[in-house]
Amino acid sequence: MSAILVPVCEEEAAGMIRAAAEGGRTLAISGGNTRIGFGRPVEADAVLRSAGISGIVAYDPAEMVMTARAGTPLGEIEEALLESGQMLSFDPIDHRAIMGTEGEPTIGGVFATNASGSRRLSAGAARDSLLGIRFVNGRGEAIRAGGRVMKNVTGLDLVKLLAGSQGTLGFLTEVTFRVLPRPQTEQTVIVSGLDDEAATRVMATAMGLPLEVSAAAHLPESVRGRFLGGHLPEGAATVLRLEGLSASVSVRAARLRELLGRHAPVSAIENEASAHLWRQIRDVAPYTDNTCRPVWRVSVAPSAGFQVVAALRQEAGIDVFYDWQGGLVWMRMEADPEADLLRRVIAHFGGGHATLMRASERMRQAIAPFEPLPDPVAVLTQRVRLSLDPFGVFARRIT
Amino acid sequence: MSETIAFLKPRADVLARRATIIADLADLLPPEGLVHEPRELVPFETDAFVSYRRLPLAVALPTSTAEVAAVLKYCHRYGIPVVPRGAGTSLCGGAIPQEDAVVIGLSRLSRILEIDTANRTATVQAGVTNLAISDAVSPEGFFYAPDPSSQLACTIGGNIGMNSGGAHCLKYGVTTNNLLGVKLVLVDGTVIALGGKHLDAAGYDLLGLVCGSEGQLGIVTEATVRILAKPEGARPVLFGFDTSEEAGACVADVIGSGIIPVAIEFMDKPAIEICEAFAKAGYPLDVGALLIVEVEGSEAEMDAMLALIVEIARRHGVLTVRECQSATEAALIWKGRKSAFGATGRIADYICMDGTVPLSQLPYVLKRTGEIVAGFGLRVANVFHAGDGNMHPLILFNANDPVEAAKAEAAGNEILKLCVDAGGCLTGEHGVGIEKRDLMRHQYSEADLAQQMAVRAAFDAQWLMNPSKVFPLEGRPAA
Repeated sequence: MSAILVPVCEEEAAGMIRAAAEGGRTLAISGGNTRIGFGRPVEADAVLRSAGISGIVAYDPAEMVMTARAGTPLGEIEEALLESGQMLSFDPIDHRAIMGTEGEPTIGGVFATNASGSRRLSAGAARDSLLGIRFVNGRGEAIRAGGRVMKNVTGLDLVKLLAGSQGTLGFLTEVTFRVLPRPQTEQTVIVSGLDDEAATRVMATAMGLPLEVSAAAHLPESVRGRFLGGHLPEGAATVLRLEGLSASVSVRAARLRELLGRHAPVSAIENEASAHLWRQIRDVAPYTDNTCRPVWRVSVAPSAGFQVVAALRQEAGIDVFYDWQGGLVWMRMEADPEADLLRRVIAHFGGGHATLMRASERMRQAIAPFEPLPDPVAVLTQRVRLSLDPFGVFARRIT
Repeated sequence: MSETIAFLKPRADVLARRATIIADLADLLPPEGLVHEPRELVPFETDAFVSYRRLPLAVALPTSTAEVAAVLKYCHRYGIPVVPRGAGTSLCGGAIPQEDAVVIGLSRLSRILEIDTANRTATVQAGVTNLAISDAVSPEGFFYAPDPSSQLACTIGGNIGMNSGGAHCLKYGVTTNNLLGVKLVLVDGTVIALGGKHLDAAGYDLLGLVCGSEGQLGIVTEATVRILAKPEGARPVLFGFDTSEEAGACVADVIGSGIIPVAIEFMDKPAIEICEAFAKAGYPLDVGALLIVEVEGSEAEMDAMLALIVEIARRHGVLTVRECQSATEAALIWKGRKSAFGATGRIADYICMDGTVPLSQLPYVLKRTGEIVAGFGLRVANVFHAGDGNMHPLILFNANDPVEAAKAEAAGNEILKLCVDAGGCLTGEHGVGIEKRDLMRHQYSEADLAQQMAVRAAFDAQWLMNPSKVFPLEGRPAA
């Protein structure tokens, strides 16, 4: 690939983007390159990296708010938070293992991809934690949106728009986000031996109880052995995470076990084992297999997940596990990605979207890695894009 | 009150065609769906920002998405401004019409379409009230979390327009965090769906953009929202402190301790006195500031959390601690707080500000707020959501005295600028509307505003949707 631009400040980045706009050149925005396999393979005249714009700008634990430059390594952020007993509530997925990438994820990349993990179900996505941003638009103008307070309805919410825009609308230079206290303790209640449909029912029941289950996943027998070194109990594992003050967690865990234990074997793991399991779920451990076999990330209504899977199994070789109460399906295709088939089935069961997270470059070129949008939304999307990047400077990964 | 905030000059060509427009709208709507007699338009001339009023050209009261689309398509074709309206409870003039505008009122789109407890969603038409959602899902053990204080009257469509908050957003977030999908009619009448029962819609987060866009990007006719399991119990504790500074420091420590209470409400001395005189809630009158901290959960959990919170309060020299043993006592603690606006309205007219500041700035901003208002020779009472820094100073004045009214407005503007300068924002949950429109330049640079307006124009190139609001009137791109 072409030149790599590494500005050291927002002003320099703005100059580079202005120059590209004037020269009719395109730029591919990148953070730590750990999520680089997303979407269409990018063709651009140069790469614009955020690595030089790094460092925590402000952090007051009592306010539960941090401001950091976009190129700050995620590790540095998490370390600072850990020191004050806090964390990112949305639990960002680390894409390195599943996508076979290297390098250090950046906080800008986390928000640009709206990278959320299992706790997204209860604590919201990355975009829900993002309070304010600075970015450079395609005209080379530095723009500020949002702020550093939780409640802010002043003007249009460009913060949400830029979150998850995959570096196609602007170059993030600074992000301000809400953080949460780390829970004092955690426990995961495991219900064993349920099929996908029964597991979906159990997860829905648990989420409907006033027990503040923070994450709910179902790991079918085909993937069970890939978690915790094979130490999960016999049979498919339906796992429910409880976090908080120890007095509260133990009360809630007991209630859950009593309720769910009537129909299936129930056990529990605590603290480090529990946290480790959820990291593995978040980071898609079962499909970390050093292959290019297609992996889809499917988001549907929780009750539709197992139905989509059952219908697909009639026609394609797939392996799956479920997060988000059954609504997030991680799906590995044993052969071709079968994009059209998958998307037809999703539409049939109430709609949602499928993103091709991993596949060979040839496959990502041949099919739409991101869910194609219906016509009127696609037209609107294009107009929104032009309002931020009128000269088409930022490489188009999405469509 | 004298008017200091301008509206766009009505389009003369639209006013001249008034009769034709009404006749055309009558073809699109059933008779009961169109209001155009001047006498019948009066209820639509303002909202809860009552000092400004304008009679609209006509009011459409559609009962279906198709009718909304037909009216929008017509208005778009003939360049007629449109002002969407939910229940008209906006505190910033977000629903105030203008003489050349057709109001599209959503009050008759009031059906609850689906309650899906397995997926924890409710799908409702936009005119359903906020509280009606919670009421509808309550028998199944669920509730809808955002709870603006107007929740009895305000609609979910209006909540989405303003990204409304409430007392409990410290734990549950605001509307945007609880909204999963909408059916949206674009300005040209095109109907699109954004999101649904699944999480994180494909493509750009247009849903997040629409939420809080104050009716400028389209009209929401249906919404799918997250419903949550009702907590087993909720229990408040009341603290009295000598000074606002001590109360503020206690708030910061509670939050820093790792407990997220469901609400932390703050009242200063004038607010305590006003509320106690009205509600007889038994608030201590010998303290300078009062906090109500509420936690949720099972009895055991609440005991554990409250014990920690009381311990923190003691470290900050709390003078009064009132824990409650019964639902009656809990209700009494909340009664005073909930009657704050009504009680204040009994003793004076007031305007309610809505700036938000970082928590560390609370004591400073409170002190400066008092000084600013005193400088105008007026009084102020502070009642607000301390957990999230969303201030609600109530500036007391006499609305029949134009000089005092102008002073109150000027003091309010000073306070909002103070909030911005302290690292906060103009509005935490009420919206910009017309009220704060001309202060936007204090918070945003020209480039920031130009970018927002460019995104807005991507949805509505002719600036027909609620056009007098949010963005300063001068410096707009030529239509």
